[in-house]
Amino acid sequence: MSAQTGSQPSVGRIIPNGPGAAAVLAAGLGSFCVAIFALLGDKSASIKSLMIFWKPTGPLSGVTTCAIAAWLLVWLVLHARWKNRNLPMGRVSAIAFVLLILAVLLTFPPIEDLF
Amino acid sequence: MEFTTHSLWTMIHGMGFGALYLLACSGALVELHRRYSSPLKPAIEVEDERFLRVYLTVMAVLAWLAVLTGAYIIYPWYRAVPPAGTANLAAFPQRLLLSNPTISAWHSIGMEWKEHVAWLVPISITMAAVVFHHYGRSLKTHPEVRNAVLAFVWISLVCAGIAGFFGAMLNKNAPVSGGATIHLISGGEQ
Repeated sequence: MSAQTGSQPSVGRIIPNGPGAAAVLAAGLGSFCVAIFALLGDKSASIKSLMIFWKPTGPLSGVTTCAIAAWLLVWLVLHARWKNRNLPMGRVSAIAFVLLILAVLLTFPPIEDLF
Repeated sequence: MEFTTHSLWTMIHGMGFGALYLLACSGALVELHRRYSSPLKPAIEVEDERFLRVYLTVMAVLAWLAVLTGAYIIYPWYRAVPPAGTANLAAFPQRLLLSNPTISAWHSIGMEWKEHVAWLVPISITMAAVVFHHYGRSLKTHPEVRNAVLAFVWISLVCAGIAGFFGAMLNKNAPVSGGATIHLISGGEQ
């Protein structure tokens, strides 16, 4: 009687929130990295030239490649550390959301130009 | 009726991947809210779980295709530098915009924001798809994870909207053109 059929929910199985927390926080950090690398490339000529990974696309190629690499690396590390843990998800998602909002704001040129 | 290969790629990028993502995103938000918002409702069925997994994965693919075609196919045409002394800048959209103060902000604000903010979309939706793959129906018992995912999907919709709006306005003020001409059909004589 306790066996579940295919259509029954499997919500009884306890999955720790660690993998979800790792994914959410890494996404926030990855988004923030897009803004930070773009800001650095905009403010420093040497960083700007370093960010030119592919000339036709210019610094955007390096900014986004570095941000994506940082995002995936952070996600991998956090997932390895948190995959079997339960974390204070409210705090993690609040930090991730703040980073995401900062990323949206910092990529907006009039705000970016304040720095 | 004809268009160029460059404008065809712009259509594939914007009206294909980008607009389809925006449509899919609003559908995903409705579905995720409907399926998970009420604590009184039972967890979703296996078929719905499978459908949402495929749906979110397709959205992630669309988002990646949109940013990759934008950054690596269309953007190089947009930012092409004209040879010295070029008077007609129609084939050089960035330079065309910057040459006219009344429309230059479409580049200095529009494109400068669009080219970066658009990348938050694939990051957010890939995260959402992976989390949904991992938790599936169990997301019902993780309201804080679910709410975080929903918040990121909402912001991805906003970012895709920003990118889509500026993409459309940029293409209106300084369209990406050039490449081979594709002739579709001849019009009748008047």
